[in-house]
Amino acid sequence: MGKHAFTRQALSPWMKEGGPESDVVLSSRIRLARNLRNRPFPLRATPAQSAEVLDQLMDLAESGRLGGMGPLEAIRVDDLTDLEKMVLVEKHLISPALANESRSAGVILSNRENISVMINEEDHLRIQCLSPGFQVRETWDWASKIDDLFEENLEYAFDEKLGYLTSCPTNVGTGLRASVMMHLPALVITGQINRILSAVTQVGLAVRGLYGEGSEATGNLFQVSNQTTLGQSETEIIDNLYRVTRQIIDQEREARRRLLAESRLRIADRVRRSYGILRYAEIIDSKESAQRLSDLRLGVSLGLVPEVNEQMLNELLVSTQPGFLQHTHGGALSPEQRDAKRAELIRRRLADAG
Amino acid sequence: MICQECGKRPATLHFTKIVNGEKSELHICEACARERGEIIPGTGGGFSIHNLLSGLLDFEPAETGIKPVLRCETCGMTYSQFGKIGRFGCADCYRTFADRLEPMLKRVQGGKVHVGKVPRRAGGKMRTKREIERLRRELQLSVEREDFETAARLRDRIRELEREIG
Repeated sequence: MGKHAFTRQALSPWMKEGGPESDVVLSSRIRLARNLRNRPFPLRATPAQSAEVLDQLMDLAESGRLGGMGPLEAIRVDDLTDLEKMVLVEKHLISPALANESRSAGVILSNRENISVMINEEDHLRIQCLSPGFQVRETWDWASKIDDLFEENLEYAFDEKLGYLTSCPTNVGTGLRASVMMHLPALVITGQINRILSAVTQVGLAVRGLYGEGSEATGNLFQVSNQTTLGQSETEIIDNLYRVTRQIIDQEREARRRLLAESRLRIADRVRRSYGILRYAEIIDSKESAQRLSDLRLGVSLGLVPEVNEQMLNELLVSTQPGFLQHTHGGALSPEQRDAKRAELIRRRLADAG
Repeated sequence: MICQECGKRPATLHFTKIVNGEKSELHICEACARERGEIIPGTGGGFSIHNLLSGLLDFEPAETGIKPVLRCETCGMTYSQFGKIGRFGCADCYRTFADRLEPMLKRVQGGKVHVGKVPRRAGGKMRTKREIERLRRELQLSVEREDFETAARLRDRIRELEREIG
């Protein structure tokens, strides 16, 4: 496998621990947008200025002055292969924009892969902290400490009135985007999802698909996050997200209970059918596998598939993505070859388990 | 128009990308867009926040030359460039375009003033001022609770901080 630790396994170490409410919330994420004082944002920086920012941050990561973050790996995106970049995106450690469009891009990763700091994306720094399950408040607490650690070594662009200055005015103020990744199959099956999502957008939150902005909601996975960053404190923003997420969790669980009570046979049939297809299919595309894995995840939470556990599903969610499949294979694959490899991988994993 | 990728199907998706002022256009069909999109999930399509933002800006009719073009002295960005990209070029753009920014912030943000975290260094005295405000609120509460011991401690701390910032 690759020289970088992150390419060795699909499941990031932090995802292995499991977290609260993990039957509905897969993960919680905090992202802070920060810029350095007196330097043009990446958008208007000259190649030399961007390279300087990258060098400064790479040096900082290697200097040991960020000791509070544990062992770190500082990576220049230009040194990565296309497949390695795809793997990082699929593991949510960098954004598609950093992989494809940014100049002098870099990323600082903690060894548990729960902290990833993107350099020269839209802003000079994008500090990302990830936790398993529903832990937005806890994640904010330690993300803020990581932010302090950077600020001890760097001078941020900050304005008394507007707060942290960011390239896009939709991030100005706190620069905070707090989000939870939710699996909401029962709300989708019972046709309640649109009502709930539109209610969510009315209370200042945004809903996106698995890979963030512009991505489709596949496999019934929805990312819910705060919409605005100015005018509310971090605690208020987190609190709002916390409360709304709590309600969605309750609604999803209630819908699952009702499904089980009112149509047990039908839901069990749906789940076990998907399990059968995943265990025996020879070809499966990414869309179908996302849907079948979602059925299986629902089944696991309802106790209908004792052979499988959440962690295996979390791993498959990443390892069946196009980049990871090709990386595991050791080279490029056509879409048809990928679909066959994907089916093979899922078959093996499920056979091992049960 | 025919798709640039396959050269067969009609192009139904049209992208304009501006990177550091350099404009590039892409006209492709849906099948090829999906193919490209699969390379890295989340890219190659979708309506981004920046597209949306530029729709919310107040635009003057074409810059006629009668009015001087509003341009950021630090990074050289003009307001119309900002309108197209939806992102600022540097921290000073916030000052340069302040007048036009305000109505937009009102629409896309919850408020106009930052009330959250203040960095230790860049925040300077402001951090202390915020701390004093917070302690004053606490002081008020402890007086209401008739917890005079805490109130006295808070009062001393406030005086100390006030001396610090002069």
